[in-house]
Amino acid sequence: MPNEILRVENLQTYFNTEAGVAWAVDGVGFTLYENEVLGIVGESGSGKSVTALSILKLIPNPPGFIHGGQIFFKGEDLISQDYERIRKIRGREISMIFQEPMTSLNPVFTIADQVAEAVQIHHKASRWEARERAAEILELVGIPDVRARLDDYPHQFSGGMRQRVMIAMALVLRPSILIADEPTTALDVTIQAQILELMLKLKEETQGSIILITHDMAVVAEMCNRVVVMYCGRVQEIGTVDEIFHESKHPYTRGLLKSLPDPRNKKPRLATIPGMVPSILDLPKGCSFADRCPDRMARCEKSMPPLLDVGKEHMVRCFLYEEGKAHPVTAKTDSSFEAASNESPATGDPTQPITMEDKA
Amino acid sequence: MISEDTSMREALVKDESGLLSIENLKMYFPIYGGVFRRQVATVKALDGISFLIKKGETLGVVGESGCGKSTMGRTIIRLSEPTSGNMWFRTRAGDVVNLSELDRNEMRPIRAEIQMIFQDPFSSLNPRMTVGDIIMEPMALHLPQLGRKQRWTRSIELLERVGLSEKQAFRYPHEFSGGQRQRIGIARALSTNPRLIIADEPVSALDVSIQAQVVNLMQDLQKEFGLTYIFIAHDLAIVEHISDRIAVMYLGNMAEAADSRELYENPRHPYTRALLSAIPVADPRYKKPGRIILQGDVPSPVKKPSGCGFRTRCQIAQPDCSEKVPTLVSTEKIKHADNSDTKSMHFVACPHAARWNELISKSVQGMNQGSTDTKAQTEPASP
Repeated sequence: MPNEILRVENLQTYFNTEAGVAWAVDGVGFTLYENEVLGIVGESGSGKSVTALSILKLIPNPPGFIHGGQIFFKGEDLISQDYERIRKIRGREISMIFQEPMTSLNPVFTIADQVAEAVQIHHKASRWEARERAAEILELVGIPDVRARLDDYPHQFSGGMRQRVMIAMALVLRPSILIADEPTTALDVTIQAQILELMLKLKEETQGSIILITHDMAVVAEMCNRVVVMYCGRVQEIGTVDEIFHESKHPYTRGLLKSLPDPRNKKPRLATIPGMVPSILDLPKGCSFADRCPDRMARCEKSMPPLLDVGKEHMVRCFLYEEGKAHPVTAKTDSSFEAASNESPATGDPTQPITMEDKA
Repeated sequence: MISEDTSMREALVKDESGLLSIENLKMYFPIYGGVFRRQVATVKALDGISFLIKKGETLGVVGESGCGKSTMGRTIIRLSEPTSGNMWFRTRAGDVVNLSELDRNEMRPIRAEIQMIFQDPFSSLNPRMTVGDIIMEPMALHLPQLGRKQRWTRSIELLERVGLSEKQAFRYPHEFSGGQRQRIGIARALSTNPRLIIADEPVSALDVSIQAQVVNLMQDLQKEFGLTYIFIAHDLAIVEHISDRIAVMYLGNMAEAADSRELYENPRHPYTRALLSAIPVADPRYKKPGRIILQGDVPSPVKKPSGCGFRTRCQIAQPDCSEKVPTLVSTEKIKHADNSDTKSMHFVACPHAARWNELISKSVQGMNQGSTDTKAQTEPASP
């Protein structure tokens, strides 16, 4: 078992709104190991970005607040630390890059100043030393002709180059964890390929870990070792990338994967998940996916399923499964998302024996 | 489909199945600067585009930001004025008209036949109007024979057809989710009985599970109403799913055009190859054969490279690529992997595309021999 570097336990981040308290993140927990890429996927409003911001205590307060939970970084609980301690961790130990490379850089400072700032503050380096470090890291992230561009301003860079500058800023202190929140969503696909390749290369060089937050399942498949699937502020499934894509357990994960167009295996119609994501202000009492779920049972609407172990590293929040058993315990096996497509329904999967009737 | 001859109007008159034929369409944006606001430069957003679209088919248009794909959609419906070029359109009455030459009054009845669906469902709906009114508004202009009551009935029908309910007609756009708003945008586009719908990134702003719903809805409506789509998007997987044919654009020019399956299985243009290879695949077990990672960024359309616009990033760029802009030429018919062959119309704007294997192995060798000259990536090597 690799060494654990970050562990989030039962994180609850709520927001006060005019319409009541929004449970943006409600009981999220996961572990990040050394030198791995952990993906957090989910649709908008699933709480993936709020989880990331909570780790660095970047939640704007008010209206947001961390209601409960613990975040252990190398054994130290970040939630209980004061502002000064968190400031020392930000950038040096855990750093973050954001989706919008256009708005995350300060337009009135040069690139070199912005990258060097962290070195000056954290390492008490001189202006000149910091500038040298900045030049080195900018070269590492692949800015062409670095020396000539150090005194350029952000608007003189393209979107892909700005995202490289963001990565340079995040990595200049060699942090052990990089949190990347939708780092390539605003970029074109050929630039996305460049940035993703760069992130993996730098991860190997610095032996750090990455938390990659994205809505794009394909990016997850290419980048991540393990995946956390979130829906409505809760973890629905955690597993290795292979388990999530090839042995996914949760009806939501399955539905999400089936709704992707796959040019290698063309279908006349895309499978869909009916309905829409419920509002986090008005979450159902039971499982938050129940009203869209093809395998819904009576008990799903009454109570929330716990997160169950269904494999070594594989956990799922669904009543179809039982603690410690890899196969569903109810009669309905494969999600009836198939029915939405024009194909004939899947014939019974021999690996999923039918053991019991629905107890509820 | 695409040709250099100028008889495209006659071709469209003769061929009943054609709906729209674009011929050497150019759209330049002037840039003004200096004290006297003189024109200092030109953005060549569209630099000579030609294609033909048939009734009932879906043409997918892909490319990166700034390639001119949205400008093309907007120019067809004359939201942007074309600089030159012809757009022959067969109207419902059967006449062939040139959209480039129509004035405002002549264009108005055509707008009922060509409708648009926009990317951003948050800003394309008037926040002060109820959904019912939003859908009724185009009818008031284009279908004056309908009374208010008939328009209302029709807008309810359309709402129900796109999966919303009658009582939602009294609500305002902010009360709807992104997917629902896009459904409202689709209902509005359908209200005038259009024949051609230009969908500019219609699902890009939506969550994955909602994307699939909207794509399926668009396909159902196409069958039901016999619609023709121009589907503009940057997401190649979605475009491949919905399109019969795909045109790949780069810096205001078309790089390649072919049947969607053919384009996917046999990309010819170096840019299409790179684009397809850059798309991540949602399968961790799938190992991609040698990913092509393009160096650098798309050049600014203000300072387009001479000759082929792609040559600055092209892996097989040759000295003569800077000399003239390559035109789309047809390739021969190609056998598929399963031994079926289609007489697909495959057009490529690259004179060296056929020699890809030979040229790419040369360029890889060149790199292995330790030529650290990075300029080789950005400029074609001199002979």
